[in-house]
Amino acid sequence: MTPFVYADHAATSPLSPGARAAMLPFFDVEYGNPSGLYAFSQRAKEALEKARAQVAAALNAPADTIFFTSGGTESDNWALQGVAQSPRVKGRHLILSAVEHHAVLHTARHLEKQGWEVTLLPVDAQGMVSPGELEKALRPHTALVSVMLANNEVGTLQPVKELAALAHAAGALFHTDAVQAVGRIPVDVEELRVDLLSLSGHKFGGPRGTGALYIRKGTPIVPLLHGGGQERGRRSGTENVAGIVGMAAALTEAVAHMEEDNARLTALRDRLSATLLAIPRSALTGHPTARLPGTASFTFEAIEGESLVLRLDALGVCASSGSACSSTSLEPSHVLLAMGIPHEIAHGSLRLSLGPRTTEDQVDHIISSVTRVVADLRAMSPLWTG
Amino acid sequence: MLYSEKVMDHFTNPRNMGVVENANAVGQVGNAVCGDIMQMSMYIDEDGIIRDVKFKTFGCGSAIATSSMATELVKGRSIEEALTLTNKAVTEALDGLPPQKLHCSVLAEEAIRAALADYYTRQGVDPEPIVGCTAGDCSCCHQH
Repeated sequence: MTPFVYADHAATSPLSPGARAAMLPFFDVEYGNPSGLYAFSQRAKEALEKARAQVAAALNAPADTIFFTSGGTESDNWALQGVAQSPRVKGRHLILSAVEHHAVLHTARHLEKQGWEVTLLPVDAQGMVSPGELEKALRPHTALVSVMLANNEVGTLQPVKELAALAHAAGALFHTDAVQAVGRIPVDVEELRVDLLSLSGHKFGGPRGTGALYIRKGTPIVPLLHGGGQERGRRSGTENVAGIVGMAAALTEAVAHMEEDNARLTALRDRLSATLLAIPRSALTGHPTARLPGTASFTFEAIEGESLVLRLDALGVCASSGSACSSTSLEPSHVLLAMGIPHEIAHGSLRLSLGPRTTEDQVDHIISSVTRVVADLRAMSPLWTG
Repeated sequence: MLYSEKVMDHFTNPRNMGVVENANAVGQVGNAVCGDIMQMSMYIDEDGIIRDVKFKTFGCGSAIATSSMATELVKGRSIEEALTLTNKAVTEALDGLPPQKLHCSVLAEEAIRAALADYYTRQGVDPEPIVGCTAGDCSCCHQH
């Protein structure tokens, strides 16, 4: 039987058993609308507020700074568009890194069409933004800086604390897309001093369709969704109580086990990297040490990423690639290109992202499968002369 | 599923992969920057029959599958028959390709033509009137 090894936790993660158990009553037993006045509804409201306190505690934030959304994409859209539309925001200049998720990049492009000026910060070969580059880009009319905490493709961690301090010194607000970071590495909004932070539930064992935006008190931001006035008038729409409860349970669990999970994940990932880098003309992409514990990303020369992923699938390994052919755009990943990786090498990218339940045996299977598939595809490639 | 069963079959078990040792017709199209390169090598006998054909391809699943299918469609055929091979025929033989992957079938057709052009060039015959344009970059990704 073909084994099944899930190595795409950066894309999504399995619902944790604790989160599942916490959610179940809210589908068909405790189904009250939290806006109701009767006791049945108020129980749902209490569950919602408990979840808010749990998420807030995980970020070292006050509960009333957490606003639930439908996920990372909505949170990113809200942060950028909500600030842009606020009458209290005067400047019309936005700065972001060149390696942001499309939820940030494409929102910025949308704002650009509405007259905003957008500056993209370059990254170094490891995918890191330099504070010096931000300093050069800041202007008196810069309203907002948005730099992710951890990159989704290569796992590089950004110096967000330093970048946020620079933005504030120039009078600009700071947003961080922490979708890949929350639940995986310690995130403390007081330490980072960010004004806005996006997170997504399904990256750390919560359900899909859940997320939150942290909004520091006093941050000028208007709602994106108007309606019944839920989330204290800032995000309308009947709350996804089951989902929110599940996300909060998963996050609490992830934070409680983070230290031991990460020690184990880092060891697994380092063994995976060291073994795969023994393959000739392979390279690790992203920062060698300042990176997410479970994410390892590579390039293998002379082969193409979609072929790699499909052949791995046939061996039971789920992974992803930033190659052009694995997208619909026919352009390789903007992240790899921004890191200065040439097109022809970026086509051969592979991202393997491990999770808390990944085992030693599974990593062995990934190693033998990748080694075999790379050799098979190279035997087929006119570019391979080794 | 992104691909048809036939595409997956040719991708997983490619036919005629490799290089023909006594090749007298070799063509290569595409480029590494675009993410796909196809190389075709053939042995064509005195009667103008493609006795052997093999491919090597750098590219995605459909690039490998279309190369494999193209070799099957021209093997044992005459040059004249091979020249009538269209990307549409390759695509149909594979039970279709996703729209963003159609350029792979164009590349397969061009790779066959490029090999046939090389055959004529080696014989001292100008290939252009017979084979047509084989510049090879007509299907570069940037035009799609």
